[in-house]
Amino acid sequence: MNVQQQPAFKAGDYKSDITPIWCPGCGDFHVLLSATKALAELGTPPEKIAVISGIGCSSRIPAYTNCYGFHGVHGRSLALGAGLKVARPDLTVMVMSGDGDGFSIGGNHFLHACRRNIDMTYIVMDNRVYGMTKGQPSPTTEPDWDSALSPGGTGLSPFHPLVIALASGANFVARSFSGNIKATTQTIVEAVRHPGFSFVEILSPCVTFRPDESSWKTQTHSASVEATDDPARAARRIMTDDGFNVGILYRGKRKPYDIHVEDTFKDPAILGEEFAV
Amino acid sequence: MTTNDNIAPISSAGELLAHAYQMELDAQERYDFLADQMETHNNTGLARLFRELSRIEGLHANDIAEQMKGMDIPEIRPVDFKFPGEESPEALDMGDMHYLMTPRQALQLALRAEQNAFAFFNHILKVTTDEEVKGFAAEFAEEEEEHVELVLRELSKYPESEERQREDLDPPVSPE
Amino acid sequence: MAVLEKVRDRETVAQTAEAAGDSIAFAIVGSGGAGALTAGAILLEAAGKAGWYGLMTRSVGPQIRGGEAAALISLANRPVDCPAEEYDFLVAIDWRNVDRFAKEMPLAENALAIGDPAAGEVPAIIVNTGATLAQTELKELAGAIPGGRENMIAAGIAAGLAGLPIEIVMAVIASKLESKGQGAIDASRRCLEVGMQQARAYGKSYQLRAPSTNGNGRWLITGNEAVGLGAVRGGVRFAAAYPITPATEVLEWLSPSLRKIGGALLQAEDELASINMAIGASFGGRASITATSGPGLSLMVEALGLAIASEVPIVVVDVMRGGPSTGIPTKSEQSDLNIAVYGCHGDAPHIVVAPLSVRDCLFSAQWAVYLAEAMQTAAIILSDQSIGQARALIDSPIDNGFIAERKTVKSVSEEGYNRYAFTDDNISPMAVPGLPGGQYTADGLTHSIRGLPSTKGEDHQKQLDKRRDKVEKFDYGEHWAAIEHNVRDKSPPEFNLLTWGSLAGPAREAMRLLSNEGISVKLIAMRLIAPLRKQELLTELGETARTLIVEQTHSGQFHQYLRAKCDLPGEIRHFHRPGPQPIGPKEICDQIRDWKSS
Repeated sequence: MNVQQQPAFKAGDYKSDITPIWCPGCGDFHVLLSATKALAELGTPPEKIAVISGIGCSSRIPAYTNCYGFHGVHGRSLALGAGLKVARPDLTVMVMSGDGDGFSIGGNHFLHACRRNIDMTYIVMDNRVYGMTKGQPSPTTEPDWDSALSPGGTGLSPFHPLVIALASGANFVARSFSGNIKATTQTIVEAVRHPGFSFVEILSPCVTFRPDESSWKTQTHSASVEATDDPARAARRIMTDDGFNVGILYRGKRKPYDIHVEDTFKDPAILGEEFAV
Repeated sequence: MTTNDNIAPISSAGELLAHAYQMELDAQERYDFLADQMETHNNTGLARLFRELSRIEGLHANDIAEQMKGMDIPEIRPVDFKFPGEESPEALDMGDMHYLMTPRQALQLALRAEQNAFAFFNHILKVTTDEEVKGFAAEFAEEEEEHVELVLRELSKYPESEERQREDLDPPVSPE
Repeated sequence: MAVLEKVRDRETVAQTAEAAGDSIAFAIVGSGGAGALTAGAILLEAAGKAGWYGLMTRSVGPQIRGGEAAALISLANRPVDCPAEEYDFLVAIDWRNVDRFAKEMPLAENALAIGDPAAGEVPAIIVNTGATLAQTELKELAGAIPGGRENMIAAGIAAGLAGLPIEIVMAVIASKLESKGQGAIDASRRCLEVGMQQARAYGKSYQLRAPSTNGNGRWLITGNEAVGLGAVRGGVRFAAAYPITPATEVLEWLSPSLRKIGGALLQAEDELASINMAIGASFGGRASITATSGPGLSLMVEALGLAIASEVPIVVVDVMRGGPSTGIPTKSEQSDLNIAVYGCHGDAPHIVVAPLSVRDCLFSAQWAVYLAEAMQTAAIILSDQSIGQARALIDSPIDNGFIAERKTVKSVSEEGYNRYAFTDDNISPMAVPGLPGGQYTADGLTHSIRGLPSTKGEDHQKQLDKRRDKVEKFDYGEHWAAIEHNVRDKSPPEFNLLTWGSLAGPAREAMRLLSNEGISVKLIAMRLIAPLRKQELLTELGETARTLIVEQTHSGQFHQYLRAKCDLPGEIRHFHRPGPQPIGPKEICDQIRDWKSS
């Protein structure tokens, strides 16, 4: 019998009363739903959570939650989040952005956030397109995807976020499909609970500029094996999958970065003494 | 349609009512959410339709709440509901939405949701051995069947032959 | 209310002629790791122990190790705010590449230049100064002492000429060499003794008189360290760092110091990250800072706009160097004024504060933190290499009492919370994460009072008005500038000397020199660059018919800024040139003298 303590919070407690501007059918609606469900499951009070984003469709998400939010400049959400977490280790910091924001303009921060391994969760809603600017190819777009900016396609191999995350030192690596609300919820719960830097790529279709992505619903499939703590195994697995393998792929054991601001401070008057001659 | 074959058994009337109640709340919330989306995207006809469906689900939720009074209702965490799919059966899949969708398309989605709800209760009706559970399952299945018929009646007002796919005559814009 | 320290603002400089024995300037040069800089640092600290004031700047070659280095030291019995323009003596451990520095250490008429005959001929650039040349076998003398070093012989010579007692120098050496054992300390003493003996043989002496008052002891500090300390005193508890010359020392001081009091420094992957980290930390309720130089500031400008628009306070230190582009990283210039004031796109009012001296770095940084926090905006501290990397002996400073005090909400009522609400003082109370009911989304998009993205004209106008008014209408008190004059009577001075930032030092020295000639001058050294205190400035310029504007930029950025903002009264002349050569007091005096005689 599944009778348990009633949770202190419901998913609705993490949702704001603002209606998203996302196109109906957008995968980001599912991500919002999964994230709020996950937060309810985690039970952290909304005021103890910060949702940080950059620029793009998915980066509109903070205001749609009932948490503290920061809608920053393009590509720098991880830096905002890192500063916040170091300054306020008591908060749950979730950085949520998109493939253009996170992997293109914010690419360098992605590498170093993985490497730094601060205890925070990075969720990238990957729709393989810049939606807010009307459909340009992003780092994860297929090489032959035709667009006004790159007629006939870019001809470039897509960026592989999971491999990069793993190689750069992320401590938790997962892929999910937005439509799988249950699995995505559970993945976010585990990502937040896992110590260190957790990276979750959520395939989140763009109905407007990538209607072809409606096939993701049937293309995605669960990872047939359990998550590993061996980065080499995880890398082999990710490198050889078809990009639609969803599930938790890697749970690392690295110690999270531990530099942080304390709750209380000593009097800075002690600091002048070194200059006295 | 999602299969109900793998769901864990519902073992008490209280548990079934908790599920039924949650389903109605979820459906109501989803219809409201979709109505909001349609309002944002200026598809006012559909916004009205979804709002009406939300109202109906709300009434149904109130009915179940009445029935729950005085009963022993377990408290279930959201992740522990024994629903067969990703969400509760009666909630429309948001991934199937489109801002230009027609009433007929919307009603077809609503039909699928109601059918899922019916199938859920019908499955419990078939597999349960608990008489009380059976009684409630039969009642809820019947109500969902009525909803299915209601939606079908609505659908008949929008014959496929007369359906005209809407088309966006404007290009997309960049809000940011 | 802050307890304000009088930082020599509004001071009348007495018309006292500079007497011999009131100041001394000397240089120690050497290459290949000869230890010229170490010798200079020891002497400077010893001078502080003896109760003197002083300033040491360094000039170095491009090599990371083993390059040519010059320690340029000024000692005086009054505060020293700028490097000397004439050097009384020079001790060269060797002459390699001395051409590079010769212009920075012009020798005085009766100067003494001491070199080692083993280091070859004295270069023409030194011979041509007319200085008295003295030959001392530094290498040989050091070699005769077990563990002896040439730089310590040089230190002994300089100490002897300046009149620094050996026991005081030894006290500094003993504490520095503690880990190297008694042998090293004894060897240094022998070297010092030999050096001092040599000094007596030159037949010259520059014995500095002890200062009249000894105050409460001296501090030895660089401008970069002082900025760090001022920031922490002001309430900074988080710093984000990306190294860049000449600002790195701010961050290197902050890192262990913040840790000692419970704060933290986070090293970033680039300046785009460092400023955003600071903004993130400040969003979390902690006063935050980052430090950089011109190239880094260029990268930070977008996020500066974010801090301003989202009203998250941050402090950015720009230790200016020669620009544009990579420019001259090790030399000073004031040419980041434009980017600091105008860099942001859109209308983005914020604070720009420029420290007036090494000592004032402490005050200005502390004040800047206070201003940023009080107004919930970005404050840029425009320091520069000339004060950032200069090490000065100053009076032990008292805390100026400016402590960050952010207007926050303590509880949220049923009606909810509007992050960007309009208030009488134009400062919207901020909810710090953790406060129930205070949840909002900080946004760089134009927003409503609740913080939701908006494209409405009314929201845009009103939020812009609010952000302008909170900065413009703030009470900055007297600290917007240091005002000094060299006359006691009330008649308007003949000249206004209008400058900003680190040029306050040379300008003050120029005023002192001019007072010896009976030329009355009022110095207006602006600390608050933005927002411009237009009315206060015009009042101070007063009836004086002639105003000389001095700045170290190629294009005259400060002058253009003032001209764009106000109708300057009377006749205006403008003296400006780029780095790397610092603008000195004599150049400024020449400008005034020329004008007076024209």
